[in-house]
Amino acid sequence: MYLARVTGRLVATHKYEGLEGVPLQLIQPLDERGLPMGAQLVACAVVSSGPGDLVHFVDGREAALACPKSFVPVDAAIIGFVEQAVANGVRIGGAR
Amino acid sequence: MLIGKVVGSVVATRKDEKLEGRKLLVVQVHNHENKPTEQYVVAADSVQAGLGDMVLYATGSSARQTHATENRPVDAVVMAVVDSWDLGGANVYEKWSGR
Repeated sequence: MYLARVTGRLVATHKYEGLEGVPLQLIQPLDERGLPMGAQLVACAVVSSGPGDLVHFVDGREAALACPKSFVPVDAAIIGFVEQAVANGVRIGGAR
Repeated sequence: MLIGKVVGSVVATRKDEKLEGRKLLVVQVHNHENKPTEQYVVAADSVQAGLGDMVLYATGSSARQTHATENRPVDAVVMAVVDSWDLGGANVYEKWSGR
């Protein structure tokens, strides 16, 4: 699992069966200092979150297990809204 | 999932028998600002995507979680056709605006 910042929303009405009603959001993964790490990607928002929020997400096949129907081709899912994260004694991100 | 544009398709007569009847698409990866990158993937199709469509594709073992790709040697699958997206409230892509 990784920390990320939600950066945007994506709309796709035509998607694989079983993904209806699951919001898709763009996220920017963050490193231990809260700085951008790698490219932005699209994840299923299983927990309610919106642009600017600090979240954590799971990638790989496990991401599908977080979705309402688990037999879906999903490789990234937002699974938690982060209130506070600390690494090396330093607070990461926080409300923006 | 990553965003990409369908720029072509693959025809391969001689291939693993488990891939027979599967539509394979050539997808050019785009970044979050809709700028094309130099990265391309060959992905199986699960949503009847067509040439020129902006799509989402999933990679790795997640790509096998469709009826079209289950238990087949596939590591990328197109799983959604993108209508639009925005970044920080500003629209980046809109399907019906003629890009």
